[in-house]
Amino acid sequence: MASVAIGEVYKSFGAVEILHGVSVNIEDGEFVTLVGPSGCGKSTLLRMIAGLEKISRGQIAIGERVVNNVAPKERDVAMVFQNYALYPHMTVAENMAFSLMLKGVSKPESDAGVRRAAEILGLVPLLARYPRQLSGGQRQRVAMGRAIVRDPAVFLFDEPLSNLDAKLRVQMRAEIKELHQRLKTTTVYVTHDQIEAMTMADKIVVMHDGIVEQIGPPLELYDRPNNLFVASFIGSPAMNLLRGEIATDGSPSFRGAGGISVPLASALSIPNGEPVVLGIRPEHLRLSDDQGIPVIVAVVEPTGSEVQLIGRTAGGEEIVANFRERHSFTPGETIRLTAEPSLIHLFHGETGQRFQTRTDR
Amino acid sequence: MAVPSTAIQPRPSMFSRLLSRWSESRNALGFGFMLPAAALLLVFLTYPLGLGVWLGFTDARIGRPGIFIGIENYEYLWSDAVFWLSVFNTLLYTISASILKFALGLWLALILNQNLPFKSFFRAIVLLPWVVPTVLSAIAFWWIYDSQFSILSWALMEMGLIDHRINFLGDPENARASVIAANVWRGIPFVAITLLAGLQTIPQSLYEAATLDGASRWQLFRYVTLPLLTPIIAITMTFSVLFTFTDFQLIYVLTRGGPVNATHLMATLSFQRGISGGQLGEGAAIAVAMIPFLLAAILFSYFGLQRRKWQQGGGD
Repeated sequence: MASVAIGEVYKSFGAVEILHGVSVNIEDGEFVTLVGPSGCGKSTLLRMIAGLEKISRGQIAIGERVVNNVAPKERDVAMVFQNYALYPHMTVAENMAFSLMLKGVSKPESDAGVRRAAEILGLVPLLARYPRQLSGGQRQRVAMGRAIVRDPAVFLFDEPLSNLDAKLRVQMRAEIKELHQRLKTTTVYVTHDQIEAMTMADKIVVMHDGIVEQIGPPLELYDRPNNLFVASFIGSPAMNLLRGEIATDGSPSFRGAGGISVPLASALSIPNGEPVVLGIRPEHLRLSDDQGIPVIVAVVEPTGSEVQLIGRTAGGEEIVANFRERHSFTPGETIRLTAEPSLIHLFHGETGQRFQTRTDR
Repeated sequence: MAVPSTAIQPRPSMFSRLLSRWSESRNALGFGFMLPAAALLLVFLTYPLGLGVWLGFTDARIGRPGIFIGIENYEYLWSDAVFWLSVFNTLLYTISASILKFALGLWLALILNQNLPFKSFFRAIVLLPWVVPTVLSAIAFWWIYDSQFSILSWALMEMGLIDHRINFLGDPENARASVIAANVWRGIPFVAITLLAGLQTIPQSLYEAATLDGASRWQLFRYVTLPLLTPIIAITMTFSVLFTFTDFQLIYVLTRGGPVNATHLMATLSFQRGISGGQLGEGAAIAVAMIPFLLAAILFSYFGLQRRKWQQGGGD
């Protein structure tokens, strides 16, 4: 087991720079997810940790050792690939034993290692099969088995669940998390699915266009997103964002398009007239009789556990609200929505950076 | 009550009734669609093959149909030293040329599979020997091997490596090596390009996984490339062996089977006896004698190499 320290890492392919100075510290035994939209450089970063891509600038250390010039096989990392990368001409047992065989581990010892990993993952009845004879979920498990057998310092997962169907994905998600709790091996997990990141990680690294937008525990990212990108990326359905400005004449409030006015927490240090983006999570919106934002109901989606409402403000901006209560709405009607001032996020209108509010401190 | 519609329709002719029954029958229709292809195969493959086999059992000469003489031709060949020499030559030619083509072709494919500058240019160049008509390249080799003007002899003499010209095609051993070399040169592109296509079907992530598993370059080749390439190798080498075994043009242009039959292959001997010598029956018998060898090569490749358990999906 080991920590991983990524310091000011750059990566260029020819003239194109993919990563612009990324720094992440991963503690020993931590489960860290790298999350971001396609092309943000998260997979490249993972492959650089594995040694499959050269580091253009900066350094990566695994444990105490800087591994910039260490060959992949010397790094003591195991990787699970998106397409599993199982050797099609080897049985499940041979796939799992392959790295041990290359290491020159004796046959009985390697058999025992394979057996142990197979028991952890419930692969024992499949050991004699070929990858072609397995379902997607089983292949996924074999790929994990191959990683476990090696007992590496760091596990690397490259979007391991994206080829599975939705139900299996949820199941494997829990299995991987359980596996980590059991083995306590440092894990770096790449995904573009923020739900996966939220549910599994001890710490999330949100990446966007080759830079780190924010690092933190899942709930911190959810409750206090550093900027507009994180605010809109983390959470599903996404946070409602309304453009407008600050009004401090009288009690502080937000003034948006179409005459919207939202009261804000009183201790506000933002100057009058400052352009801002106001953010409210869909589940923080409440129905109100006479105050709040007037919203025209467009679509109502009852899911059983909650009712999701999509509507438009007078300024034409879309608003999504989730209610635990089974309200009934008619499309076209106008309702009013409010939110606790303490649950309201404010971002700078131009830079997109978060304004610190009282609850942040 | 409505009048049955058949009553007012004119009775359809026999032909059109048969046609409509045919067009509604799945089997008959399928059979009908296969007829043109079957006819082509019959006329251009089965008939010549059958005729060849039949001729082998007759004493036909050019201009004379010949009569059935049983296995007399084969009995004669059994005791014919030149025929057995040609069998030996063919096997030597096929086996050594195929091994060389495989080794060099695989090596070339591995090189071309890497990220080289001007990759597609080199791939096109490699195909050239295959694209050039055999007779043309054979004539070029004829010059290269010429006893007077050989550029090889000249170059080696200029470098001071030899002191007299090499008698490439006049000496039996040299002649065998020379025609094999020419055949290898001609056959490498086919092997290299097919194997290259096979190499490109191997996913990059397998190499990455194996690299992380700790495989060296040789182990990557031994445990990933080679096993995954085996099915393609089997098919490629089967074809290569068949082409080489039945080779005619190169030999015919370079040596015509000489010197003293040292490079006579079964194909060239069959032509010499059957067409040049006019003994159609005997020539046909030699050609037919090639069939067991070809079948053996195909069966070996099919059962020994092509069918791999891991390629078959599903089930237990």
